[in-house]
Amino acid sequence: MTISRRNFLKVAGTAGGVLLAGANPARAAQVPQTSAGGIEFNGMLIDTTKCIGCRACEEACNEANKLPKPKVSFSSESVFEETRDTTTGAFTVVNRFPNEKKPDEPIFVRKQCMHCNQPACASACLCRAMEKTKEAAVIYHKDRCMGCRYCMVACPFDIPKFEYNSPTPFVWKCIFCNERQMRGEQPACSEACPTGATLFGKKRDLLEIAKTRIYTEPDKYVHKIYGEHEVGGTGWLFLMGAPEEKLGMKTNLPTTPYPELTSGFLYGVPLVFVLWPSLLIGLNYLIKDSKVSEKKEASHGEQD
Amino acid sequence: MANRTEASAASAEGKMTFRQVARETIRFVLSELKPKGKMLTPFNVITGAIILSGLVMIAIRFAYGLGAVSNLSQNYPWGIWIGFDVVTGVAFAGGAYVLCFVVHILKVKKFEPIIRVTVLNGFLAYVFYAGALLLDLGRPWNVINPIIGNAFGLSSVLFLVAWHFMLYMICEFLEFSPVVAQWLNWPRARRILEGLSTGAVIFGITLSTLHQSGLGALFLLAPTKVHPLWYSGNIPVMFFVSSIFAGLSMVMIESYFSQKAFKDRIGHELHAAHDSILLGLGKGAVGALFAYIFLKLIDFVHYKQWVHLGTPMGYWYLFEIVGFVLLPTALFLQAIRTRNAKLVQFTAFLTAVGVILNRLNVSVIGFKWYETVRYYPSVMEIWITLAIISMEMWVFRWVILRMPVFGEAHEVVEEKTAEDMEVVTWKASVL
Repeated sequence: MTISRRNFLKVAGTAGGVLLAGANPARAAQVPQTSAGGIEFNGMLIDTTKCIGCRACEEACNEANKLPKPKVSFSSESVFEETRDTTTGAFTVVNRFPNEKKPDEPIFVRKQCMHCNQPACASACLCRAMEKTKEAAVIYHKDRCMGCRYCMVACPFDIPKFEYNSPTPFVWKCIFCNERQMRGEQPACSEACPTGATLFGKKRDLLEIAKTRIYTEPDKYVHKIYGEHEVGGTGWLFLMGAPEEKLGMKTNLPTTPYPELTSGFLYGVPLVFVLWPSLLIGLNYLIKDSKVSEKKEASHGEQD
Repeated sequence: MANRTEASAASAEGKMTFRQVARETIRFVLSELKPKGKMLTPFNVITGAIILSGLVMIAIRFAYGLGAVSNLSQNYPWGIWIGFDVVTGVAFAGGAYVLCFVVHILKVKKFEPIIRVTVLNGFLAYVFYAGALLLDLGRPWNVINPIIGNAFGLSSVLFLVAWHFMLYMICEFLEFSPVVAQWLNWPRARRILEGLSTGAVIFGITLSTLHQSGLGALFLLAPTKVHPLWYSGNIPVMFFVSSIFAGLSMVMIESYFSQKAFKDRIGHELHAAHDSILLGLGKGAVGALFAYIFLKLIDFVHYKQWVHLGTPMGYWYLFEIVGFVLLPTALFLQAIRTRNAKLVQFTAFLTAVGVILNRLNVSVIGFKWYETVRYYPSVMEIWITLAIISMEMWVFRWVILRMPVFGEAHEVVEEKTAEDMEVVTWKASVL
C-alpha cells in the first residue's frame, strides 16, 4: 500500500506538492512533523469529497473501543438530520452538510480528536492524564485523571467528553487506536473505510498526498489543508470540499501551538520565586533597621 | 488535631508535664467545641437550614455524579463552583497577603489590629473555597496525584495553582498559629510560631503573587473561548493586580459586618482606629485600581477591543468597567479627600461586585459567549455555594468567639486569655 502511494505521488507530480508547500515556507517550516525523539508522526488524512457517509468508521470505532451500542443502528441515515457531537460513548461521528456546488451530493465530515502536534489538553493536564505519544496519538491515562475538566476548557476543538452522570467519571475521546498502532496495525476507522476517505500514514506523506490532490483537482477542493497550521499543526488533516465554516469546523483558531500560550507565564514562575523572597527579605531588613534607629533617636523605647 | 496539639504541647511545656498538658488541652478544646450564645437566632436557623440541605445535595452529587446537581455540560465544563467559589473566592482572600506585606514587611503599625482577622479570613477562604474545588472534581480522591509525584504535569498552570493553594494554606495557618497558641495558652509555642511568621509571610506573598495570577493564566489556554474583551495576554497580571483591591475591599466589607456582629470582641485599639484604618485600606485599593485601569487601557488599545463595544457583550463590558472600576476609583478618591469612612465602606461593596463581575465574565459569562445553548447555574449549584459560605461563616464565628483575633496583637498573652475566658464564661452563664 505504501509503495503504491509513493508511486502515485511520483506520477501525479511531487513537484506540485513541493510547489504548494513552498508557497508558505516559513510557516511550513514551523510545523514539526516529527516528535522530540525524531520519530515521524503518524497522521490521518480525511478527504471529505471521498466520504459517502456510510458510518463504517463509527461502527469500527465503537467495536475497537468496546463502546456501548447506540440506539440507532450504524446503517441508519436518520442520524444525519442533526449535527452530532462526539460523546463519551462515540469517539467519532460523521455529520452531513449541504453541498452548494452540487446540491445532490452532500458533504460528509468526520469529527473526532485532531491529535494536535502540541496538544492543549496535555499541557493543561496537571497530572499528565492526557499525554502525547511519540508516534502521534494523544492518549488518556484514566488512573491518573482527577476529573478537573481543564482539558475540556483548553481543547480548541471541544473534543474531550466527561461522564457527568457517573460518581466515578472519566474523560473520553479518540485515542487514535494507540494500542493497534503499537501492534503495527492501522486504526480501526481507516481500516474500515471503504472509499479511502480516511487514510492512515506518516503525516509528512499525507501532507504531500493532500497537496497533490489539491493541485491536480483545484476545483474540487478548498485550497487549504485543515490541520496543517491550526493550533500549530494537528495529526489529523482535512481536505475540504467546501469552506471550513460550512462544514461545522472551528474557524477562528490561531496558528500558535497552545502550550506556547502559557509558557511565558510559566517561565516567569522561577523568576518570581527567586526575586520576590530576596526583595522582600531585603525590604524587611531595611525597614526593620530604619525603625530601630528611629526608636533609638526618639527615646529608649522597647526593641522590636 | 489531637496529634498536632500534643506535639505542640510537648514542645511548649517540655516532656515532664506532657501528659498533663495534653490532657488539659484536650479538655479545654472539648469544652470550647460547645456552641456559645443563643442557638435559635435567625442567622443560625437560616444558615443551618442551608448547610443541612446543602449537605444532602453534596451527598447526591457524590452518589450520582456532577450531572445530578449541576448544569455543567460538555460545552461548559466549568460553572460557578470554579468561576465563583474558586476564582472569585481566592481573589477576595487576597487581603491576607496584601496586609501581611504592609504589616510584616513594611511594618505599618496602623493595620496591626486587623491583621489577625484578615489572615483568618484568608485562611478560611482557602480552606472552604479551594475545598469547594473537591466537589467540582470528578475524581477528587486523585487530587493527590500531582502532589505525591506519580504524575507531575509540569507544563500545566493548574499544577502550579494546585501546589500553591496547598502551600499557601500551610503558610496562612502558620501566620495565624500564634493566635491558636495564645488561645491554648502555650506561650512557648507561640513564641516559636511567631518566629516563623516572617518566613511564612515572605513565602506566602510569593505564592500569592503566582497563584493569583495563575488563576488568570488558566484562561490563557482558551483564546477562542474567552470573549475578546476579556481575553488578553496580560490576564495573569490583571488577576494579580485586581486581587489586591479585591482583597482590600473584602477586608473592609468584613470589618463592616464584624463591627456589627462581634462588637464585644473587638479591642478598643481597633475600635478607635477603625475609621483611619478604613481610609488607609481605601488608599491602598485606589492605588491598585489605578494600575488596573492602565492595564485595561493597554489591552483596549493593543487588542483593538473597541470593535466589540457595539455588541451586547460590549455594553456588558462597559457596565463592568465604568460602573465597577471607574466609579469605585472616583468614589474612593472622594472618600479619601473628605475622610468619609462610610463612603469607603460603600465603595468597597461596589468594588467587590466589580471583582465578582470580572471573574465571572472571564470564567462563565464571557466563556463561549457564542454558543446558542448557554450555561447558567442550577439552583443546587447556587445552594451548595451558599452552604459553603454559611459553613465558612460558622467556623469564622466559632474562632472569633474563642480566640483573641480582634484583640491587640502585642498585648501580654496571659492577661488577654484570662479576659477572654471571662467573656466566655459570662456568655455561657447568660445561656
